[in-house]
Amino acid sequence: MNIPENLLYTKDHEWARVEGKTAYVGITDYAQGSLGDITFVDLPKVGKALKQADPAAVVESVKAASDVYSPFSGTVLSVNPELASHPELVNKSCYEKGFFFVIQLDNEQEKAKLMDNNAYQVYLEGLSK
Amino acid sequence: MSYVPHTKEDIQEMLKVIGVSSIDELFGDIPPALRPKSFNIPPGKSEFEVTKHLHRLATKNATNLINFVGAGFYDHFIPAAVDAIVNRPEFYTAYTPYQPECSQGWLQAIYEYQTIICELTGLDVSNASLYDGGTALYEALMMAIRLTGRNKIIMDSGVNLIYRTMLYTYTSNLSIEFVEIPIEHGKSSRSDFSKHLDDKTAAVIIQNPNFFGVVDDYSDVVEQVHKFGALAIASVYPVSLGMLKSPGEMGFDIATGEGQSLGIPLSFGGPYLGFMSAKKGLVRQMPGRIVGQTVDSQGKRAFVLTLQTREQHIRREKATSNICSNEALCALRAVVFAALLGRDGLKELAQLNYQKSEYAKNVLSRVSSVQVKKSSSTFNEFTVLLPRDADDVVHRMIEKGFACGFPLGRFYKGMDNYLLVAVTEKRTKEQINSFVDALEAVL
Repeated sequence: MNIPENLLYTKDHEWARVEGKTAYVGITDYAQGSLGDITFVDLPKVGKALKQADPAAVVESVKAASDVYSPFSGTVLSVNPELASHPELVNKSCYEKGFFFVIQLDNEQEKAKLMDNNAYQVYLEGLSK
Repeated sequence: MSYVPHTKEDIQEMLKVIGVSSIDELFGDIPPALRPKSFNIPPGKSEFEVTKHLHRLATKNATNLINFVGAGFYDHFIPAAVDAIVNRPEFYTAYTPYQPECSQGWLQAIYEYQTIICELTGLDVSNASLYDGGTALYEALMMAIRLTGRNKIIMDSGVNLIYRTMLYTYTSNLSIEFVEIPIEHGKSSRSDFSKHLDDKTAAVIIQNPNFFGVVDDYSDVVEQVHKFGALAIASVYPVSLGMLKSPGEMGFDIATGEGQSLGIPLSFGGPYLGFMSAKKGLVRQMPGRIVGQTVDSQGKRAFVLTLQTREQHIRREKATSNICSNEALCALRAVVFAALLGRDGLKELAQLNYQKSEYAKNVLSRVSSVQVKKSSSTFNEFTVLLPRDADDVVHRMIEKGFACGFPLGRFYKGMDNYLLVAVTEKRTKEQINSFVDALEAVL
């Protein structure tokens, strides 16, 4: 299970890579593995205002569809243009090429509600018990 | 399973297992005030008595009238092979094809049906069918609302009133703004479309041929609709597509319609067949089932229900639609009918309908008291203005052995003297001539 150090995590298995006042958002290795082959990603519209934990995107695998929630409140700055034609990038490279969108943060204090890699690791171990 | 009703002993035994002493005690949780006072069901009858009763009801119908009624549902010929094929138990008794490995035959049949719908409408993807033409139109409207995030619908008044009523009923609890475009000379006014189109418009709905049988090329309207980022929805009559420009050729995004004319008997109004096709990019918002073609683990062609993540058994409250079934047997009739006729046969069928209807117009024009409306081109149905109330004429024509048409006053204010006449391939020259003679006599 790949859980990079430099990221923040949610209980719904989204990750966020904060860069100044913006953050890249995607789903974790655990999430992509649980979903199986991803066939489609429905991304938010650029300019959409989201609150922390709002449903922001939908990820579909062969047999299921799941909501992806925003780790932060803010405005969607851009989305990953590759996912429309290559949704499998989420399986192949969930922390890099398979990111979902970039969000402009409204409030950096919200970081406190997210987990670091160690806390997420413990959280996952709790799930598998 | 056995269809034997429970005996008193059966009931006692079941109550004992449950641990209650009587049926009343079993339903004890339901307050007596809420229980039905009586089910008001008469005592049972023998098979012979039931057959006799139904036969007596059936003979109340005039079954031998020569039919010139259309208004959305048409008296077309159905080759005997349609029933022979559709009645095969493999098709007739099959259940929902959710296990593709044991439903290849059905899935292929639906896939072929989808192919035919795409070919006829000139669009990319079709679903496995819907209940009827009105349901299909409602689902298209909802697709447009989901896709655009807008809630204004501009609708041609030439859309069958049955469908318009269905749309208003289905959406009565949603905040959707409807604008109806009035009719001028048998078709909706172009300038009114332009007047109402704006960036709040989700879709424009047009019926072609419209309720008056009038056909037109709406490419110009569709182009305008797209300029405002809205969708164009066409409700069409599949038999007419054997010769008319298809919705796809005009640029429409979604086509829907009533498939009854493709091998399905009129049978008192149903069951019928709703069809829907759309541009490929809209497929994820399409309601209902879609059959796809794929390959199995050995590389052999196989069929599956595809894109099921749109559907309610997976997405629950976020499903694209709560339609969870299709009109499989009627869709099968349509594909069998179309396959029996073939491409050339469908063209010929459309031409026969058009030509016979034009012939009827010409003969009717010779009756001095009848005014045939000729300001617009029609397919197989047209409007005539009578010197008296059309409803009254319809009743008089029944005595002469004709179902002579649909009185427009029932659907449109101020059109009491107008009659809508449909002429299908089943009407012979002799029948058309005697129809005109009879009409002249009752006027």
